[in-house]
Formats: sequence, C-alpha cells, structure tokens
Amino acid sequence: MLKTLFNAFSSLKLTVACLVIGCVLVFWGTLAQVHLGLYKAQNEFFRSFFVFWQPAGIGLKIPIFPGGYFLGTVLLINLLAAHLRFYQPGKKKIGIMLIHLGVVLLLVGQMLTDALSRESVLHLRVGQAKNYSEAQRSYELAVTDTTDRRSEKVIAIPCGLLARQGQVTDSQLPFAVRVKTFYANSDLSEKSADGFQQVPTTSGFGNGFWWRETPRETAMDRVDMPSAIVEIATAQDGPQTFLVSAYLEQPQQFTYGNRNYEMLLRHERYYMPFSLKLLEFRHDDYPGTDIPKNFSSRVRLHNAQNNEDREVLIYMNNPLRYSGLTFYQASYDPDDGGSILQVVRNPGWLTPYLSCLLVGAGLAIQFLCHLIPFLKRRLA
Amino acid sequence: MKKWIPLILTATMAVWALSGLHQPPETGFHTREFGKLPVLMDGRFQPFDSVARNSFLQIRTKQTLDTESNQTLSATEWLIEVMMKPEWADDRKIFRIDNGEVLALLKLPENQKYYSFNQLRPSADEIQKQADRINPIDDSKRTVFESQLMKLYDAMTLYQRLEISLKPPDTDDFAAELIAYQNSIAPGLAAMKARAAGAKYDHDAFNRFIGYMSAFQTVAGYALPNVIPPADPDSRLDNWQNIGTNLLQSAGTGQIGPPAQSYAAMVTAWRAGRPADFNQAVAAYHIWLEDRFAPQVKKARQEFFFSAFEPFYKAMVIYVLALVLALCSWMNLSEWLRRSAFYLIALAWVIHTFGLVFRMYLEGRPPVTNLYSSAIFIGWGAVILGMILEKIYRDGVGCVVAGFAGFVTQIIAHNLALSGDTMEMMRAVLDTNFWLATHVVTVTLGYASTFVAGFLAIIYVLRGVFTATLTEQTAKSLNRMVYGIVCFATLFSFAGTVLGGIWADQSWGRFWGWDPKENGALLIVLWNAAILHARWGGFVSRRGLMIMAVIGNIVTSWSWFGVNMLGIGLHSYGFTDAAFHWLLLFVASQLAIILLALTPLKLWRSFHNKTPNAA
Repeated sequence: MLKTLFNAFSSLKLTVACLVIGCVLVFWGTLAQVHLGLYKAQNEFFRSFFVFWQPAGIGLKIPIFPGGYFLGTVLLINLLAAHLRFYQPGKKKIGIMLIHLGVVLLLVGQMLTDALSRESVLHLRVGQAKNYSEAQRSYELAVTDTTDRRSEKVIAIPCGLLARQGQVTDSQLPFAVRVKTFYANSDLSEKSADGFQQVPTTSGFGNGFWWRETPRETAMDRVDMPSAIVEIATAQDGPQTFLVSAYLEQPQQFTYGNRNYEMLLRHERYYMPFSLKLLEFRHDDYPGTDIPKNFSSRVRLHNAQNNEDREVLIYMNNPLRYSGLTFYQASYDPDDGGSILQVVRNPGWLTPYLSCLLVGAGLAIQFLCHLIPFLKRRLA
Repeated sequence: MKKWIPLILTATMAVWALSGLHQPPETGFHTREFGKLPVLMDGRFQPFDSVARNSFLQIRTKQTLDTESNQTLSATEWLIEVMMKPEWADDRKIFRIDNGEVLALLKLPENQKYYSFNQLRPSADEIQKQADRINPIDDSKRTVFESQLMKLYDAMTLYQRLEISLKPPDTDDFAAELIAYQNSIAPGLAAMKARAAGAKYDHDAFNRFIGYMSAFQTVAGYALPNVIPPADPDSRLDNWQNIGTNLLQSAGTGQIGPPAQSYAAMVTAWRAGRPADFNQAVAAYHIWLEDRFAPQVKKARQEFFFSAFEPFYKAMVIYVLALVLALCSWMNLSEWLRRSAFYLIALAWVIHTFGLVFRMYLEGRPPVTNLYSSAIFIGWGAVILGMILEKIYRDGVGCVVAGFAGFVTQIIAHNLALSGDTMEMMRAVLDTNFWLATHVVTVTLGYASTFVAGFLAIIYVLRGVFTATLTEQTAKSLNRMVYGIVCFATLFSFAGTVLGGIWADQSWGRFWGWDPKENGALLIVLWNAAILHARWGGFVSRRGLMIMAVIGNIVTSWSWFGVNMLGIGLHSYGFTDAAFHWLLLFVASQLAIILLALTPLKLWRSFHNKTPNAA
C-alpha cells in the first residue's frame, strides 16, 4: 500500500500531469483577471488550494480545480519523492540534481514569501518624517487617549475584529467598543442620493452623512473604503454611537471618566525602529513628452538606536534595503510635492537568486556533460 | 554550371541590397537634404525624415503617396507640403478609414480607402464630440467603432499639429513676415508700455505686434517637433524649442535667431516654387548647425541613412526568396537549390544583423525595447537556429524554418510599426539597459526557440500527411531537432523568466506578481518542461511530441501577443485590435494542424504503404 503510494507520488506521469494542469491553471487564472481584477484572481487561483465554483443562489462553494498551493505542494512532493526513488550517485546526475534543487528552492521560497512577506506604503510629503508605514488594504480603528498630549496612548483594533460586529474590550481601555454596523466597502456622501441612507449616530459629526454599502474592490489599483458605526459603552450617560470611516480624516472625539479620547479608522500602521524624512522628490519627463524619465526621492534615514543619520537616494530600479525592509520608489503625488514608497518585508527575498544560481550551474554542467563527449567524438 | 548558381544568386541579391545606398543626386528641391535636418520630437533627436515616415505610417499606414498625376511623393516631400503649403496638403487623400460605422457617421463614400482632410473637415465637430465621449473609456473596453474613431481622431490631431509646425496658418511669404515682425517689436513694446501707463500710444504699432504675438502663440501651443536649437549648444536637451515659442521669445531680445530665419527662408522659397533658394537655405542651415550641434546632426544623418537603406525590408525579400528555393529543393531534392537557399539566408541574416546592430547603436539600447523590436529579434534568433539545424542536418529543413521565420517576423514587425515611432523613449521603470539586455533578450530567445520547435513539428505533419517526402530518416532527424530545440527553449525561457522575477524584485519588491505577462512566460516554461518530461517518461510517441510542440506555438503566441490584449497589468504596452484577429487566425491554424496530425497514419501519404511503427 505504502509502496504504491510512494510509486504514485514519485512517478514522472504525475510530474507531467502537474505541469499540464499548471498550464491550464495559469491560463485560466490570467483570463479571470479581466473580470475579477488582478488581486482577486490571484487569491482565488494561485494563492489557494482549490479553485471554487459558486453557483448563483446557493451558498455552496464547490471545489472544481486544484489551486496554486495544492499544485505547488504536489509538485514539491513529487520532485522530492522522485529524487529519493531514482537517485543514483555519480557525476552524470549532478546537473539534473542541481536543476531540480533550484526548482525546489524556488517553490519553497515563493511559498515562504507568500506566508511571510508584507507589503505596505510609506507616503511622505516633502519635509515630512515618519517612523511607520501603512498597509494599503487593511485598516485599524485607533482609539487614542489624548488627555495628556505629551504621552498619548493608542489602542489599535484591527479591522477583522470589527468585521465580526461584536464587542471589543481591551485591558487598556476602561470601556468596551461595540460595533453596530460594519461595511467592508462603502460610499459616503454629504448629500442624500439614490441608494444612500442617513447615517444613524447619536454623537460626533456622523449625522450629517449619507452612506451605503458597496461590493468589495477586486482591482489591483483600488482599495476598499470601510465605514462603521461603533458604540462606546459609557456607564454614566448611556451608550453613544459614532461614525468611523476610511473617508474621514478627522477623528471622532469623546470623553469618558474625565479622560479625552479620539477615535479614527485609518490604514493599519507598521512601526519601524527608525524614521525616514523626505528631503526632495524629483520627477523628470522626456523633453516634449509626458513619458516619465525618472522619479527619485532623496530621504534622510535617522535611527536613534545606533545614532545612524544619513542621506539616501531612492529611485527606479534602485531601492533602499535597511533592517529587513526594502523601500522602492512606487508613485508620487500629482503635484510632485510628495513621494510614495513601497515598503516590503520579505525574509525570503534571496531564495530566487540562489535558485537561479543553482539551476544555472545545473544547466551548465548538464550542457557540458553532453558537449564534451560530443566534441571528443568529433575530434577523434 | 550548377555549382556556381548559388554564388551568382547570392551576389546578385547582395548587389540589389546595396544598390539602395547609392542615390542619384537630387534635382529640383533638395527634399532629402531637408529630411536630414535634426529636430527633437517624442523626447529624442531624429531627422525630419523620421518624423515624416512615422507620422505618415500612423495616418496612412504607408510611407509613400501616389498622387493623381502618377507621381510618388516620399514621406518627407509630403511632410514639407503639410508644413509649408497646407492648403495643398488638405486635398491629398491620406487618412485611412476602414471602419464602416465611422464612414457612416461622417457621411463619407464607402468605396474609397483614403480620405482627404478637406473631406473630413465638415465633420470635425462631430469627431470632436465623439472623441470627448470615448476618451475616458479604458482602451481595452472600447468597441471596434470607438477605437477606430479614436485612431482617426489621433491621426487628425497629429496632422493638424504638423500643419502649424513651421509657420502660422495663413502665412504666405514667411521670410518677409519675420522681417516685418522684427521691425514691429520695438515700436510694439513701446506702445504696450505707454498703454499700460495710460498714456497715448500708437494703435497701429500695438495691433501689428499683438497680431504677430497671437499667431505665434498658436504655433507655440500646438507645433509638434522642436525644430529650433538653443542659442547655447551646451545647454540641456529641453531647451530645443518649437518655432512658435522661439519667435515669442525673440520679442525679448528684439532679434530673430538664424534657425528661425533659415526655416522661414525655406518656407518662402518652397511656396514660391524657387528650388535654388530653398536648396541654398537648407545647405546654409546645415552648415550653421554642423558648427554648433555636430552630434545631433550626425545622429540625424545616421538615422536617415538607416531608414533609406531599409535593411529589414531587404532582408525580408531575400528570406522569401530563400524560403521558396528551399521548398523547391524538397520537391526534387536538388542540392544546388538547397545551397542557394542557405547562402541567401546567410546573406539576409547579415543584413538583418546589420539593421539590428545599427538600431541598437542609434537607440543606445539592447536589441529588444518594445513589441516591434521583439518581432525583429525573435526572427533573428529563429534564423540562427534554422541555420545551425541546416549546418548539422543539410536537408533543407533548417532553411525553410529560417526563411519562414525571417519573413513572417518582418511582416509582424512592419505591422507593429504602424502605431508610431519604433524608437520611442523608455518609461522610467524600463529604463535599465542591464535588465533589458539580460531578461528581455533571454525571454525573447525563449519565444524564438519555442516557435522554431513548433514550426519543425508543422513541417513534420504537413510533409507527412500531404507528401511522400517524410522518409524514416527525415522523420528521425526532425524528431531529434524538435527535442534539441525544446531543451534549448526550456533553458532560455526558464532563465529569462527567473531573471524577470529578479528584475521585478529589484524594482518593485515582488519576485512574482501573477501579472499577465509573467504568467505568459511561466506558461512557456511549464509547457516546455511538460514536453521534456513526457518524452523522458516515454508517454508520448514521435507524433505526440510533434503535437505538443505545435501547442507550444499557441502558448508562445499567447504570451507574446495575447496577454497584451487583456489590457491589465504593468506589462500591457501594445494593444492592437487587428493583431487580435490575426492571433485568433493563427490559433485556429495551429488547431487545424493538430487535427491533421491526429488523423490515422494510414491516411498520411508518407506512411501509406509502410508499417506505421516509425510514428
């Protein structure tokens, strides 16, 4: 039984099947991007174990095709098993071994990247310094105790927790935050319009707004704009409800037990042990055209921990790598007065480079193993 | 005698190719000399000749114009007319409109292919209205009518901007006007000052000066090429100006610079039909430029030479000839035909290489920078592979592959060139010679070799089914060729794809983003790997290998063109809807070949009377 299983998993037939199914999956997943958008298609086809079919009307999700993770895992097992089964010591197979080792590393590396990497955005206006970057797609509800402006305390509640529409308590907060309504994506308007409803809140500046729930964004270049009504359970004067929304830049303010609080729904923040200050942003077009020639950001990197303080120039194809993070020139403000850096934390970033070396070496050896005897025959 | 035919044929074609370099001296207006003048357009220096060719291709999809009086106008001659005597140019039938709905909207007769600007003029408002509506719609979401109308709108805009690129509208003797303008500057400025101070002022002087200024303002706003070099030759590129801006600035100095005067002299001479004056003005301006802007003059001349030589067109003609000879060599198995084909392919390849290298030199870039140059390079790589195969197997197969690949890729390149300047500047993210030279070149070689394998398989199927020439020996060598080329293709497409990932990691922090173009490259790698593993495992026969290789053609055409038609992702740079129909047609043809390959072997003419064990 085990033997048959092992034979099945180490068979070349399985390899070919995986490769062909992989082709179908990649093709299908690429076509699906037209309707689903790059982001959603990526999640449904490649970052999943199965591709699901959801017939309209039924709440059922039926798996109909293997997804990227499933296929990658099977291919990985197949590769390792085949090498165990067919391994022969000797010079002849070194090339093949190296090639496949490189492929294994590539697969594992990409799975690690998927699991461990984190992308965020650092938006700086000229002259501004920040020690955090912001997630593009996820939000948090920041509740700040502002009683003492010099030492503000911030409690950040992740959006996922809000989405469950329950009650959130934190040992640092003397009150509970209760989510009454949560729209993962929404429109907010100052005027009444078709399909919009007035925001029903008791406190803060939410009353003047109209809102409606909208479908989640699937395109790569647009993000969800969540809104919610949260209730602060105060013992003294009954519950107060507030509107929080990604559209609102001003925090809602309230007091509780003689302390002042602010509440803001904002992009999730990732703090860094150092800060970056944008000194200058440059954007050049080719003369007489609107084809961008170059973007660059001159920033000052300040790290209080080791007194590091230096200027860095970040431009296209030349990122800054520092303390496990990489900063790329990604975009800029329309008025050229600010720069948007993509911040990536990817512990596995070296794996493709290594696997490229391994495969390259393997191919070279394999090639030479065939070429040298061929030349010898020719010369003899 | 037969021994000498291949050499004689090759020498004849070589002489033909080189004959283009010798041009008879010009009589009448020296328009070629005018065509060599350097201007700054689309962010790069180019001769007027290139401005003319690229604009003409965009508007008319051809580089020359046959007039009703049976003359042939070159692109530059046409451009001179547009810029200097637009009232004539407006009657030339140059706007190509193929779409019936567009014609119906504009109430134009359907029996013509080309229409003049004067024919379109009455519908200008309607076209503008439609364009305003269509403009915000995403390229990929436009209907055929919408994209055709936008194409016409863009062509008309380009044409109208060219019309005022050298002189304001309704100017006849431009040289005299410039003198009058120069004389009007001092009194005009004095009048303006007096007027601003509320004092009495000379109304005539004021109005004359303001009249000139507003005419030049129009030119400054719309003129396309920057034709006037800066006063200081060492200043930045941006300082080249169009003639309108330059003349406006002259108000400050009170002096009109030599370049503007030279162009005005050319306009006047051309409009008055005085070739001697025109030629003298062009020659004098050349000398003036040469003293100050030698590098730009040199670059413009080189590009002029490159366009006049037409290396890719010449290579294409020779490839076709070689293809025909090689096919004939299969019919009667004649050695001299095969050798002629081989020599001709070598000649065409040399010309092809010359063109490729010259383009790289002109652009200062690695060979592949856009879809157009990828076609040129895929052809180049495929021809090399074909020649190597021919050198090893000497059975004409390599020649057919090389001739066909060279010919078809040049046709594709020609059609891709219709969308504008093929040496356009690179967007910031692509502006890195290192990655263009490594990732793009390897991936493109991967495409080329996958196509070669697929084409070899087609030869196997067609020869096997329709002729009796697929002998056991030929079948065996085709089998070996396909296998070898697929190995090669796997190597290049894998290396190219991984290098692309590393570039992506370097420039936006993501090794892999499932972008359509990345997926396309991955598909080729996966498919080639599938072919190799299927063969190693013995799951496919010789025929199965051939079928898989033909599918490789579909996969490759999809990643080369299909993904660009999805209109999503960072890589989508060249959408053409005509290309979409061709792609569908190509895929259909490949499917037909696969069906053919699946017919029982007893129907194959080559295996008619033999035991089909070989296949």
